This record gives sequence, structure tokens and C-alpha cells, in this order.
Amino acid sequence: MNKILEKEHFSENVVKLVVEAPAIARSRKPGHFVIVRACENGERIPLTIADADTVKGTITLVVQNVGVSSGKICSLEPGESLTDVVGPLGQATHIEKVGTVVCCGGGVGVAPLLPIIKAMKEAGNKVITVLAARTKELIILEEQVRPYSDEVIIMTDDGSYGTKGLVTNGVESVINREKVDLVVTIGPAIMMKFVSLLTKKYDIPTMCSLNTIMVDGTGMCGACRVTVGGKTKFVCIDGPEFDAHQVDFDEMLMRLRSFN
Amino acid sequence: KERTSIPRVKMPELDPAYRITCNEEVNQGLSAEAAVLEATRCMDCPDPQCVTGCPVSINIPGFIKNIERKDFHAAAVVLKETSALPAVCGRVCPQEKQCESRCIYHKMKKEPVAIGYLERFAADNERLCGCHAVPETAPKNGIKVAVVGSGPAGLSFAGDMIKRGYDVTVFEALHEIGGVLKYGIPEFRLPNEVVDVEINALAALGVNFVKDCIVGKTLSYDDLHEMGFKGIFVASGAGLPRFMGIPGENYIGVMSSNEYLTRINLMGAGRPDHDTPILKGKRVAVIGGGNTAMDSVRTARRMGAESAMVVYRRGEAEMPARAEEVKHAKQEGVEFLTLHNPIEYLADEKGRVNMMRVQKMELGEPDASGRRSPVPIEGAIIDIPVDLVIVSVGVSPNPLIPNAIPALEVSRRGTIVVNEGTMQSSLSDIYAGGDIVRGGATVILAMGDGRHAAAAMDAKLSE
Ligand SMILES: Cc1cc2nc3c(=O)[nH]c(=O)nc-3n(C[C@H](O)[C@H](O)[C@H](O)COP(=O)(O)OP(=O)(O)OC[C@H]3O[C@@H](n4cnc5c(N)ncnc54)[C@H](O)[C@@H]3O)c2cc1C
Ligand SMILES: Cc1cc2nc3c(=O)[nH]c(=O)nc-3n(C[C@H](O)[C@H](O)[C@H](O)COP(=O)(O)OP(=O)(O)OC[C@H]3O[C@@H](n4cnc5c(N)ncnc54)[C@H](O)[C@@H]3O)c2cc1C
Ligand code: SF4
Ligand code: SF4
Ligand code: FES
Ligand SMILES: [Mg+2]
Repeated sequence: MNKILEKEHFSENVVKLVVEAPAIARSRKPGHFVIVRACENGERIPLTIADADTVKGTITLVVQNVGVSSGKICSLEPGESLTDVVGPLGQATHIEKVGTVVCCGGGVGVAPLLPIIKAMKEAGNKVITVLAARTKELIILEEQVRPYSDEVIIMTDDGSYGTKGLVTNGVESVINREKVDLVVTIGPAIMMKFVSLLTKKYDIPTMCSLNTIMVDGTGMCGACRVTVGGKTKFVCIDGPEFDAHQVDFDEMLMRLRSFN
Repeated sequence: KERTSIPRVKMPELDPAYRITCNEEVNQGLSAEAAVLEATRCMDCPDPQCVTGCPVSINIPGFIKNIERKDFHAAAVVLKETSALPAVCGRVCPQEKQCESRCIYHKMKKEPVAIGYLERFAADNERLCGCHAVPETAPKNGIKVAVVGSGPAGLSFAGDMIKRGYDVTVFEALHEIGGVLKYGIPEFRLPNEVVDVEINALAALGVNFVKDCIVGKTLSYDDLHEMGFKGIFVASGAGLPRFMGIPGENYIGVMSSNEYLTRINLMGAGRPDHDTPILKGKRVAVIGGGNTAMDSVRTARRMGAESAMVVYRRGEAEMPARAEEVKHAKQEGVEFLTLHNPIEYLADEKGRVNMMRVQKMELGEPDASGRRSPVPIEGAIIDIPVDLVIVSVGVSPNPLIPNAIPALEVSRRGTIVVNEGTMQSSLSDIYAGGDIVRGGATVILAMGDGRHAAAAMDAKLSE
């Protein structure tokens, strides 16, 4: 049982939870995730560790309500508990000083991006963050990414905030303007697919973080498998981050619809 | 002689038509009368070969003669001397290849004594009569030992060490204790209750169980040292599913047996009020011929599959599954497509599998395993419509611990290398046993490893 200490609504469907998990707080690194069960009889779902406080022994999760299990987690209040939280899982992000890094996140993908933005900045990179959403209300974590970003570009589909356009338009404007050494993209699979196609055109190394369907998160079931560079990989143990140019996004998009 | 003319007891079973509608245990267990009569068959051989067939050398005539004497409690005590989990092994050991294969009755061209059924009877009787004797435990010695994984290897190690006075903590990655006994082997073959009684007994003796904790991730090797653990027993199993690497294997509806069984057994998928989803096939193919394949295909029948088949590349004689599981699967209407091997899966426009392309095989020369190896018959390829495929072609050792502790010596297959006698690894405070050392093996071997490791670690720590 892991107690929820704080809760904040980032938007109607996105909440931030600060959860008691001292051992995980201590051992986690940027890029890691946890598997959570909201209740007995609940499903095991993966959520990125957006932040951690080793002193308080807490981790921060940012959860978007997209269905049954994420909905149950979003409905929990401070004082209530998650039945299970296990982690940290996956490979930590490879952080290195490469020069200029464009970090682009869509929707709730900004949550897993935040620790990477921080770490990239702390490693001495110039960090340009591109946040994208359908509309103004869905832009999250803008205040949290600002201190670690040399520049923040906001893109909305409807132009209600920042620049009107897709995440790819924002990234391309940077590429056209200056030398970009690395692109990190996290968001819906379809968004990562198009960012990847764009950066492939410009031959810029690109890292993505995949959100496949999972069960155990420890390599036991194979539900999370994707094809990367023609080989089957398990996202939970080999990932979640991969070279985006090698990922078969169409297969991943198909597999995400397994239960729809 | 009178004894030898008694026919081997038949296990009462649920009716196949009924049992595929539910998850109830198929084997109903022997009545006391039936068990005593079966026990009478055992001739208490002076040099009992059955014992040599048991991987942990259970005193088989010893426990059976107690059943014959109607001293069922004494029978259970004899079993517990050697086995931590007799109610489990009595149910899941491949007896026909182990103890029962060596029974003297074979020499008389008769069916062997039903050692497994009797073992289960004695253990169940002990559990159900409530006379579960609390084992004697040595005074606490204050030495902390850690166990990684709560399958049969970890549980038996924990039991032996707590009895020796150690302070024992079992770390389990999942949210349930029991390993494959819980997430793999289905309820209709091994009810969770049977396993839970053993786990509760260990907890009552003072074993500390920590769920949702992955050693190598949540806690490092150094963390365990900092926490004061003087010995570590790694029993992390062979959890990694293998796929065949054939085209179409990532289509929707093709999954590992681990995924299928975990969703259903551990997560309760398919039951009301459980959130985990499951794909229910009408035409289900399970690839492989082991216990896992039988468990998957029989589960598929219970999940409503109209047609469920086992596709296996060798012949029925070569199937590694327990004979009883194959028999039960057939009774339940499972079809067996032996000497066939899938080479590709096809799917509809949404990526849902709808066809399996299989290659017909014939048996050639014996291979390294001594079994005749299957060879493709050129041009003999057929397509079979399917809507769910469960790949059950084996597992590899769980790489979590070897990855987290690079100094640990592992074999090319990824198993942890240990000294066979002591189960000690290349790191002096780490011992290992069960599937992480053997690759996919059996419950009884895992349990035996746990006991051997406990004895050796105790000897070392009390030096
Ligand atoms: C490594 C990793 C990190 C993630 N981090 C976050 C995070 O920080 N915040 C967040 O809100 N979400 C995150 N996700 C996605 C999150 O796990 C899913 O949104 C969630 O599992 C959906 O479950 P549900 O029952 O609410 O939705 P469902 O009703 O089951 O499905 C709704 C939609 O979500 C997709 N989905 C279903 N199950 C999963 C699953 N296990 N993983 C991914 N997608 C799924 C389905 O394709 C479906 O379209 C992460 C996923 C992964 C793999
Ligand atoms: C479906 C199925 C049916 C089977 N049927 C039979 C049968 O009929 N008869 C038979 O004899 N054998 C059978 N087997 C094989 C038998 O179950 C295994 O040989 C046995 O369970 C191995 O025991 P173990 O203790 O080594 O590991 P497991 O039972 O695999 O347990 C390992 C445990 O360790 C946990 N773990 C792994 N890594 C970590 C970590 N880093 N930190 C914490 N915990 C960790 C895992 O979550 C798991 O719970 C079957 C196997 C399967 C899958
Ligand atoms: S433990 Fe298994 S092999 Fe040994 S006697 Fe019992 S059933 Fe037979
Ligand atoms: S070999 Fe058969 S008859 Fe002889 S002791 Fe063993 S079980 Fe009894
Ligand atoms: S989630 Fe089960 S193997 Fe990755
Ligand atoms: Mg769900």
C-alpha cells in the first residue's frame, strides 16, 4: 500500500499525485517507470516517475485519465492509497552532453519528459522544450519545465495558446534555425511517429519513450514487445527509450489497439 | 500375493463437460478408504527403487505404510522431513517419469503404486484436518538472510532457514507470493488455497514477505548488505518467454503463455469486477507440448474457446507435458496437431491474427536431447483459421539479477552458475536455485535446491 500525500489537477483529465514510496524514490533515475495497481482486482499499469524526493521518500506521478485503470487512479484522494507500486522499472535515460537538445512532449508525455529535461540541462546541454497539445487547457507542466529550458515553445492545434500548429512544426522551426544534436520525443505513439519521420529527414539522432501495453513490467509476459531495428524488443526491460528511427511505429500503434 | 492383485486406484475427477465451465480442481482427491487400499499395494520394498526416482529421495514406502496403518498424520510428518510442499508436488510432479517410473510393479507388468495421489492425500488430510503440526524451530540466532523470489525454491529455502533460527525476508517482484505456483499453474490443477496454506504457515513462523520489491531494481545488492543481510538466496525463476521469431508473431491475438496465464491466474482477467482485459478466442491454437502448453489450452477451453488445439512439432510420445495433463486435455475436447510447426501468422486489416500457416513435420534422427528431431516435409504446408495463438515454446532465465550484479557468473544460457553441492554462486554470499539455475525445470527440483542451499548457507554462516 502506498499512500497518496498530495494531489493536483493539471487539467480536467490530468492529475499529479505525490505518492509515498521511499525505496523507489531512492533508487530511481530519469526515464524509469513504475507499475501501479489502484485497488485489489485492479489492473497493473505503467506510469513514469516524473519526479522524486529522496528526503520525503516520495515519487511524483502524472496521470492522464484515458480509461478504466487510469481513471481509478485519478479518482484517488490524498490519504487514500494505491494498492501496489513497484519499480523503478526500465532502463534509465542515457544522459550526456551532446550540445543542443530539443525535448518535445505531447499531452501527458510531458510528465516523463520533465526529468529528462532536468537531467539534460544539468549535464550542460542547451535545452529547447516544445510542448504540444490540442488546446490551451491541455498544456501541462509549463512552469515546471521553464527553469530547466533555455527556451520553451508552445504549440496548440487550435492556436488557443503559443503558436498554432503541430509539435512537428515547432521542432522543424528550431531545426531550420540552428544545429540540433539530439531530439527527445515523448507522447502519443502517433506523435512520436511523425517527429521521428521529420528528424529522419534531417538525420538528427532521436530518442523516443514507448508507452506500450504492459502487464508485469519485468520481462515476464512479452505484452510490451515492439520491433526495433527489425528485432523484437521488450519495452519494459530493453526500453522504454529507443532510437526512434529504428522503431516500427505502425506495428506499435496496431498493438496498442489490442483491447479496443 | 493378495496386495499385488489389487488394481491401481482411479482418481475421482470432475466430469469434463462440467469442468470446462469452471475453474474447479479436476482431480478430487482420494477418499481415506481408497487411499488406505492403494497404500496396501505398496510392498515396502527392501531396496525401494521408487525413492531413487524421486529427485529429493522422499521416504516413499515410509509415508505410504503410515497411510496403510491409517496414521495419516505420521505419513505427513515423513513427507515433511524431505519436502516443503508435498500437497503441491503430489499434484504437479511428473510422477510417471520420476518416482512411479521405478516402482517394482512395472516388473510385474502392472500399474505402479499411485505415489503422487497418496502424497497428495496425506498432505491434504493434514491441511484439512486442522492438525497441522507447528514445526520445531531453533532459537533465533539474529542472522538476517534474504530470499529473492517466492516460487517453490524460495519458499522451501525460507522454511528451512526460519526453522534453523534465521531472520528471513522474502522479496517478491509481483504483488502475490508463490511464483509460478500462483501466476502460472491454473486453479483447476493447483488451487491457490493449497499454496496459501503453506505461505501462511511460513508467515506464522516469522518469515517476512515483502511484495512489490524487485531486487536489482528497488533494492540493490549493496542495499541488501546495508540492511544487514548476511546471505542471499536467488530463486528468481525462468520468467522470460521465448518467441519463435516467425513472421506475424506480433499481430494482435498472438501472445506468450506467460501473458495469457498471468492475465487470467494472477490478474483475474475474465472474472467480473477484475479490470485486466483478456482476448477470448473462438479458435485457439497453443504452440508447444509442455505443461505450460497444456495449462494454456485447457484454460482457453474454460474461457469459452469452441476449438482449442495444441500444435506440436514432434509426436505425442515426445511431448514433455505430464501424461495426466495430456489425458485431461483430450477429455476436455482439446485437439492435438502433432508433427506440425507454425511458420507464419496472417491477420486481418486491423492486425488481428486470423490464420496460422503450419509446416508438416516428420521425425528424423535423435538429437542431442535423445529425442527424434522433427524435420519439415517439403511442400507440406497448410493454413488453419485461428483467432488466438498462445506461444508456449519455453522460457529463458530471468536476467534481472544477472544484469544487476555483473560480478555474478552466468552460463551462456543465462543461468546462474553454482557449485552443485552447495548451490553457492561465484559471489560467496549469494546462493541460487530453481529455474534461475536450471532453466525451465520442475517444482520438486526447485524445492530441493532451496533445501540444499539452506543447509549449505547455514553451515557456512554458523562456521
Ligand atoms: C513506460 C510507460 C510509461 C507511461 N507513463 C505514463 C504516465 O506517466 N502517465 C500516464 O498518464 N500514462 C502513462 N503511460 C500510459 C498508461 O500506462 C496508459 O494510459 C494506461 O495503462 C491506460 O490504462 P487504462 O485502463 O486507463 O486505459 P484503457 O481503458 O485500458 O485503454 C485506454 C487506451 O490506453 C491504451 N492502453 C491500455 N493499456 C495500456 C498500457 N498498459 N500502457 C499503455 N497504453 C495502454 C489503449 O490502447 C487504449 O487506447 C505509460 C505507459 C508506459 C508503457
Ligand atoms: C504454466 C506452467 C506450468 C508448470 N507446470 C509444472 C508441473 O506441472 N510440474 C512441475 O514440476 N513444474 C511445472 N512447471 C515448472 C515449475 O513451475 C517451475 O520449475 C518452478 O516454479 C520453478 O520454481 P522457482 O522457485 O525457481 O521459480 P518461480 O516459480 O518462477 O518463482 C520465481 C519468482 O521470483 C520472482 N522474481 C524474479 N526476479 C525477481 C527479483 N529480481 N526480485 C524479486 N523477485 C523476483 C518472480 O516474480 C517469481 O515470483 C510449470 C511452469 C509453468 C510456467
Ligand atoms: S516429490 Fe514428486 S517425485 Fe518425489 S515422491 Fe513425491 S510425487 Fe514422487
Ligand atoms: S517401488 Fe513401488 S512397491 Fe516398492 S516401495 Fe516403492 S512404491 Fe512401494
Ligand atoms: S510488460 Fe511483461 S514483458 Fe514487458
Ligand atoms: Mg485498462
